[in-house]
Amino acid sequence: MARIAGVDLPKNKKAYIGLTYIYGIGQTTALEILEKAQVDPNVKISELNESDVAKIRSIMTAELKVEGALRSEVQQNIKRLMDIGCYRGLRHRRGLPVRGQRTRTNSRTRKGKRRTVAGKKKAPTKK
Amino acid sequence: MPRSVKKGPFISVKLLKKVQELNEKNQKKIIKTWSRSTTISPEFVGHTIAVHNGNKMIPVYISENMVGHKLGEFAPTRIFRGHPGTKAEKASKK
Repeated sequence: MARIAGVDLPKNKKAYIGLTYIYGIGQTTALEILEKAQVDPNVKISELNESDVAKIRSIMTAELKVEGALRSEVQQNIKRLMDIGCYRGLRHRRGLPVRGQRTRTNSRTRKGKRRTVAGKKKAPTKK
Repeated sequence: MPRSVKKGPFISVKLLKKVQELNEKNQKKIIKTWSRSTTISPEFVGHTIAVHNGNKMIPVYISENMVGHKLGEFAPTRIFRGHPGTKAEKASKK
């Protein structure tokens, strides 16, 4: 059982996949870390020995920002945009897409579940 | 795609000149500009710049962490006053 950056890694996955369970690490970063630590990426997490884990841990603390620290950095960046009152900040405040996507249709990820607006004359079937 | 680094940020030459003049004299004056595409450079910090939004000049006070953004980002060009019917629906239901 390996525990890195406060996250339990799944035992039965290969090392480079298991590392992606940490927030801020994708497959590319995972492979880079394993190469630096000179660990075979295809070895299962459960088969890593303590020195491997220690190496991975030391590389990560030295070079990367993961989990809580990364999340708070992202939040700070968004907060900065909102505080200076620029266009992107306004979009964040309203919960609308920030990068110029259309909002007439789609953009449900940002807007959340559909809220039907009454008042349209046609299609009165909705309750 | 971002602008070439070789060229540096775009700053309206006229606006930059006016700001530098004010900096030399240590004055604070509102400068009107239509140049929304100008990148805010460190010289602008502390000044108030009135940016045109197509209708009015919007006064923007430049603070330190605005550096690197464009002037136009601080003067919205559209006003959203809600959808027609949204209010009426609420009123009729209650």
